[in-house]
Amino acid sequence: MTKYIIKRVIMALVTLFLITFLLFLLVRIMPGNPFPSERMSAEAIAKKRAEMGLDDPIFVQFGNYLKNVIAKGSFGKGSSLYNGAPISTVLPQCMANSFKIGGLSILIGVVVGLILGIAAALNRGRFWDTFCTVLSILGVCVPSYVFMIFLQYFLAYKVTIFPFYFDASRFLGSAIIPAVSLSLFSMSTVARFTRNEMVEVMDSDYVLLAESKGMYGTKLVTRHILRNALIPIVTVIAPLVVDLLTGALVVEKIYGINGLGKLMVDAISGEGIDYNYVLALGIIYSALYIGIMLILDITYGLLDPRIRLANRKES
Amino acid sequence: MADKILDIRNLDITFKTTAGNVHAIRGVNVDLERGETVAIVGESGSGKSVVMKTAMGILAGNATINSGEIIFRYKEDDGSLQEVDILKKEKKWVRQNINGRKIAMIFQDPMTSLDPTMTIGNQLIEGMIMHLGISKEDARKRAIELLEEVGITDPEKRYKQYPHQLSGGMRQRVVIAIAISCYPDLLICDEPTTALDVTIQAKILDLIKTIQKEHGISVIYITHDLGVVAKVADYVNVMYAGRIVEVGNVEEIFYDPKHPYTWGLLSAMPDLDTDDDRLYTIPGSPPNLLHEVVGDAFAPRNQYALKADWKEQPPMFKVTDTHFAATWLLDERAPKIEMPQELKKRIERMKQTKG
Repeated sequence: MTKYIIKRVIMALVTLFLITFLLFLLVRIMPGNPFPSERMSAEAIAKKRAEMGLDDPIFVQFGNYLKNVIAKGSFGKGSSLYNGAPISTVLPQCMANSFKIGGLSILIGVVVGLILGIAAALNRGRFWDTFCTVLSILGVCVPSYVFMIFLQYFLAYKVTIFPFYFDASRFLGSAIIPAVSLSLFSMSTVARFTRNEMVEVMDSDYVLLAESKGMYGTKLVTRHILRNALIPIVTVIAPLVVDLLTGALVVEKIYGINGLGKLMVDAISGEGIDYNYVLALGIIYSALYIGIMLILDITYGLLDPRIRLANRKES
Repeated sequence: MADKILDIRNLDITFKTTAGNVHAIRGVNVDLERGETVAIVGESGSGKSVVMKTAMGILAGNATINSGEIIFRYKEDDGSLQEVDILKKEKKWVRQNINGRKIAMIFQDPMTSLDPTMTIGNQLIEGMIMHLGISKEDARKRAIELLEEVGITDPEKRYKQYPHQLSGGMRQRVVIAIAISCYPDLLICDEPTTALDVTIQAKILDLIKTIQKEHGISVIYITHDLGVVAKVADYVNVMYAGRIVEVGNVEEIFYDPKHPYTWGLLSAMPDLDTDDDRLYTIPGSPPNLLHEVVGDAFAPRNQYALKADWKEQPPMFKVTDTHFAATWLLDERAPKIEMPQELKKRIERMKQTKG
């Protein structure tokens, strides 16, 4: 198992390096530049470019960038956003906001989704099943920001239970509306998937054998059905987690949350493109994705002895 | 007929499907006496497995039991004889008192019938802890004994392994060990050797036979393999399109079959000594039970079908005290029709080889 994990970690690091390089290239190739051309003279821009090292060969630039990131842990110095506040203070704040709301919405989505899916599977063909199916179709079809506007209207405007905009000092209260609306999609996906996987497992021979042994009720569901159904469910949850953690562009923008999503939009749509922010966010996003997939691979091993033992043999 | 262990009467089952209602079981009767072995033979889709799954209470959710009773007589732990109609009991009661405890089942495909995420050991002790109320340590000891009994070498090591680390034959042995772990009265084997290769087949059949003798278990075989039937069964039920069409002891079914369907099945057995170098097959395919069958369901495939076969379902005609067949050929008004010559010769040969 250890060897398996080490192998995965090395592969993850290599992937991250390649992605970083690609991102770096893309950001440089991308049309547009960091300078608001209408307000700066050509000489000023040229001077600034030289100062920032943008005229160096691309590999030299990349080398310098990597050196900065790895050695100093910094994604660049100042920036054009947040009144020139340094990236090192802006980024952690935005990350914290996104992570908190994302985490909350994952929690809601996965827990409610699992409950709905299990209820549907155990009541196959009956009311609960239909109810969950309809709910999950709605959940997948309605964009989270549309749902959020509904919630804002009813719960923050008509009845003022929750604040209308995000307020970091009242975190929990103001996180409910965006978290619930963001969780809708993952909840529906998890519910639908859980239902289908469970139904499939319930029809399998080994569940029949377990039943013929006399297993029933909760024991049958938790020991035999859920454990086998969970393996594919974990697979769908993982990418949902990354999506939610890295912030939702529209929801964050509408609800005024200073999160990663909003930061990304601001970095691209400002007067000039903020290379440092775009790159930093891209790398964070990829690192998260790779990290979650790594955890996923390890979880697989824990859940499924076939994977765990196959790898033991290999090593 | 003193000590019947299982008595299935007039079982009638319909499945609801998207295409409509499938009348899969149309009045089935099966008897089994304690200690004996009964085989239920028939083509795929004839309803053999459905009958036994009903007795186990593990029928699919879309099935409706229209009528019938399944009387099961088992010995209580204190030795007293109990009699229940399994169909009248709640599912939970059946799970706690019958499944695994009094009736155990062996499934067709050992590759899929063990839980892939659970060790062999845990799957073995699960039922014992639940039914026998013994400690985990005691269950473990017994599990290792059981693994040894079913012929698994190095049981201590196998105990900790997962199903995918075992071969098909080994897995079927594990399934058998699970089945006998709680001292059942009745063992249902649903095509226990179909998914295994021939050399393993014989070993598994021998194993089941030995276990049956040692533990005094009654066994029901569900199979389409007449070779298996000849090897293991005392009585044979031939099933066709949701009905039993012929019942008898092994000799009667193999040497003196009365139903044209049984003739067809016997003729279709591969045989090296035949003059014909083509293997006989029964023409046509079983009827679609989405539509109610009028008359004898086998009539369309039966070259000996009488007019009556198309109009009315034949009752069970008595041949001997143990031999019954549902064909109008046995009616006294019917013309005298004998089994095909080729089959007759074959039966003679079978008698000779056996004698």
